[in-house]
Amino acid sequence: MSVESFIDITLLVFLGLTAFAILKLRALFAVVMLSSVFSLLSAGLLVHLDAVDVAFTEAAVGAGISTVLMLATLALTSRREKAPTRTQALPLIVVFLTGMALVYGTLDMPRFGDASAPVHNHVAPKYINDTASEIGMPNIVTAVLASYRGFDTLGEVTVIFTAGIGVLLLLGAYIREPTGLRVQTMDHHLVLRVVTKVLIGPILLFALYVQFHGDYGPGGGFQAGVIFAAAFIIYALVFGLENARKAVPGSAVRMLVACGVLLYGGVGVVSFAFGQNYLNYSVLGASQVAGQHLGILLVEFGVGLTVSAVMVSTFYAFAGQNPPISDEDW
Amino acid sequence: MFTATMAALLAAMILALARLYMGPTLYDRVLAANAFGTKTVLMIGVMGFLTERPDFLDISLLYALLNFIGTIAVLKFFRYRTLGDRVEPGEEGQ
Amino acid sequence: MSAMIIDAFSWALLMAGSLLMVVGALGLIRMPDFYTRMHAAGITDTLGADLILLGLMVQAGFSLVTVKLLLIGAFLFFTSPTSTHAIANAALTAGLKPQVGGADAEDGAAEKEDE
Repeated sequence: MSVESFIDITLLVFLGLTAFAILKLRALFAVVMLSSVFSLLSAGLLVHLDAVDVAFTEAAVGAGISTVLMLATLALTSRREKAPTRTQALPLIVVFLTGMALVYGTLDMPRFGDASAPVHNHVAPKYINDTASEIGMPNIVTAVLASYRGFDTLGEVTVIFTAGIGVLLLLGAYIREPTGLRVQTMDHHLVLRVVTKVLIGPILLFALYVQFHGDYGPGGGFQAGVIFAAAFIIYALVFGLENARKAVPGSAVRMLVACGVLLYGGVGVVSFAFGQNYLNYSVLGASQVAGQHLGILLVEFGVGLTVSAVMVSTFYAFAGQNPPISDEDW
Repeated sequence: MFTATMAALLAAMILALARLYMGPTLYDRVLAANAFGTKTVLMIGVMGFLTERPDFLDISLLYALLNFIGTIAVLKFFRYRTLGDRVEPGEEGQ
Repeated sequence: MSAMIIDAFSWALLMAGSLLMVVGALGLIRMPDFYTRMHAAGITDTLGADLILLGLMVQAGFSLVTVKLLLIGAFLFFTSPTSTHAIANAALTAGLKPQVGGADAEDGAAEKEDE
């Protein structure tokens, strides 16, 4: 067995074990920890499958931000999952049959890694061959994401925007402006405060690097937005939500949520102004390649803005609530 | 050489996972998750060297940062029972 | 010749780092009490990780890869001991008592236990 298959099988076995443990454990906190481990293992598996951008996003969103948000939710609910009251036989049978039907549906698909599959003969070679001349960008994934499939990405960023609006509609009442009250922060955790202060600068710089280096290596707007949000979230965790709201007010974050999508859509409208199709970046610069570069830069920046603002506002909304369950019951 | 390191890291990851499943107290689980995160950072780095593609190091760097943030969030959650602020007018610096 | 020296050097560093990692993970499993486990895991994690990263750096030579590895090493150097400190602090203030002498019952804070 080659080294690659051994690593693949090991990671998949870990994934299975973790999933099983998530199902069996009733202590919700352990489940949150295990699901971050699950996302991390998935990121490792994706790295092994050579899908670096996806692994990047999975590590950032699944293993990083999701854990923090789920913890914020866990503060509002009870500590253990209630045991199921009825027997679970019928749902198990339904799920099993559906799974079997899906597996049956995949029997027609080409085998994993099959060289004669249509995707390897028509779709992928076109992008691999044409990207260098039409867009001039080493990272083909970003070229496909932002230019060849720009409409899909516009849809994605709109979905994130809509999800953010949904959260704000449901929970937005909790994003109050700073009240000026003295709050209980982690005052006596000196080590933590110093190290966090030292780290926040490099984290923001790294976010900028990931944002603008997405043309040349793994990265792009989605990942960079998450890293931006992570820097503000750790500031809020260690120095208090109040101070974080003074630094980045809720109203500013709400505006940024919209500005990102506006920027993305606006680039398309500018293409209209030049008489071309929507989101045709070629007209934005002196040459086609220059136009594509500028267009991709702008739309990725729009994506980064929206993602970071949505993550920060969601954190504000979740963390700003008071737990309805008293400490003794928890 | 990288294969041996990768094998050692995978073995260490199994052990950390075992502690994550077993750990009687919650702090054991936090410790195990933190250790698992560090080992994954290294595993992704070594994987990059194994496959001759050092681009993966960006992911390692990212997760080194996020591991820290996750651990701090968990600990704040335990200590203060909320990720936001707790306004207690009479009881500061508890 | 110098390639062999570089290889031997990075072999040594990588093996030392891996050994420390495995020993630390073993300590995580075998140690009787939370604080002893933390001692095993926290210390060996930081040093083992930095040694492995040094070994990779020697292998990579002078390039951007080395700079990134240096950054990862610096971050781990700062954050891993801080996380260990924070976990120990949280456990102590929550009332988890260290097991002192004899084969007593395990960790003290019953309200933080689950399963």
